[in-house]
Amino acid sequence: MENLWNLTLGSGAKWSGIISKGKLIRIRALEDGANLSGLLFNAGNLTESYNMPDTLKAQHTSRLTRGNVLMSDNGRAMASIVEDDLDWHDPIGGYTTRQLTDEKYGKTTFQENQNEWFRSGEENLAMELMRNGLQFRDMVPVFNLFSKIKVDEFGDMHFIEGHCKQGDTVTLRTEMDVVLLLSNTPNPHDPRKDYPSVPVEIEVLPAESVKEDDYCVNYRPENKRAFENTWDYYKLVTQ
Amino acid sequence: MTMLTKVKSSREAADAVYDYALPAGEGWMYELEPGQVLRLVDTEGNQAADTLFYDADNPEDHFSAIHTISAQKNVYLTTGSKLISESGKELLEIVADTVGRHDTLGGACSAQSNTVRYAHDRLPMHNCRDNFMLQLAKHGESFTKRDIAPNINFFMNVLVTPEGGLSFEDGISGPGHYVEMKAKCRTKVLISNCPQLNNPCSGFNPTSIRLLVWDQ
Ligand SMILES: [Zn+2]
Repeated sequence: MENLWNLTLGSGAKWSGIISKGKLIRIRALEDGANLSGLLFNAGNLTESYNMPDTLKAQHTSRLTRGNVLMSDNGRAMASIVEDDLDWHDPIGGYTTRQLTDEKYGKTTFQENQNEWFRSGEENLAMELMRNGLQFRDMVPVFNLFSKIKVDEFGDMHFIEGHCKQGDTVTLRTEMDVVLLLSNTPNPHDPRKDYPSVPVEIEVLPAESVKEDDYCVNYRPENKRAFENTWDYYKLVTQ
Repeated sequence: MTMLTKVKSSREAADAVYDYALPAGEGWMYELEPGQVLRLVDTEGNQAADTLFYDADNPEDHFSAIHTISAQKNVYLTTGSKLISESGKELLEIVADTVGRHDTLGGACSAQSNTVRYAHDRLPMHNCRDNFMLQLAKHGESFTKRDIAPNINFFMNVLVTPEGGLSFEDGISGPGHYVEMKAKCRTKVLISNCPQLNNPCSGFNPTSIRLLVWDQ
């Protein structure tokens, strides 16, 4: 299928933009050990956003993979994971802060290091929130593509190293017109000492229309109801 | 399976400066001064207290469930857990807990999430997110819906499995169990005493919670 748009996000880079419904967003790790933090807002109503607890509890999961739907705080399907080379993307690890970045990897500044300085998820996302008419108060838990955090029986969180290999790909399909915010910054739980951020490639392609037997729609009855809520919403806001 | 650490408090109800039974299904907003201690009592057991915090000196800075669990590298809350805001500020610390584990990942119920989780016809049912919105609306200032971040569910037992599952288990709380936390700064507390009738988090019978505040 024809590629509409592509972009390579280098180490520490960020991006945000509107992507309308019915598109595939294919994201590929260009080296081992990628982590891409993301947030979604409804492009037509910025008070609606990706909601981690609603997504996890509806699907009884603490890991995201093919079949899962990223749900909004208004009970709607925003995007679904239609293809996945990995079986686990992390929704609970959070983003790096400026403080954590300085403490873990050493203090860097633009003046000293120019564009090699280490960006934080906190600052990257704050800037992209502002760019889209939002503020830092709109910050909610991010999803971290390509990372795996296992929780043991005591509740302790363990980052699994070596999870993502070069070339691993995950594809999201937009079910709503969304504002997508991305920060290519480390997972805060990654123990590697050298700033672990590697380039990722993003391609956007048209998606085929969602069919009745769609894998994500039928993955769980909850997913189907979230899709129905989205379709109902569009009956009112589009002609 | 999981070891639960339970720590009792030496504070007496008679010394409290505030003592209120919040009925099931109602919201509550209160401001704590630094050093004040708030206790939530699961009066009849099996109740869920959906709770959010804000830095009262900068109400745009809400509680962050993920910073909180990331800082302690553990998804459950109990005695010693520091409750951290989105900007990284320590708002409160849990100083006593007779339950041993509280949930950070289940979030608050809402009319919309009820339609997803149960059935479309559950839309009219009362829910925690509506309570949060009504309280924030009443407390005016600069609050809007965007200030409703993922919250803590005190007394709720939501288990994360090593396989990445999320399961809602029967409560490990019980009648009279409590959790107590000390404010590290001026903190606004927002509670919805959960009216959920669709799952066992309130035992299908939501009950009141008792709220006590001490000056130290
Ligand atoms: Zn509730």
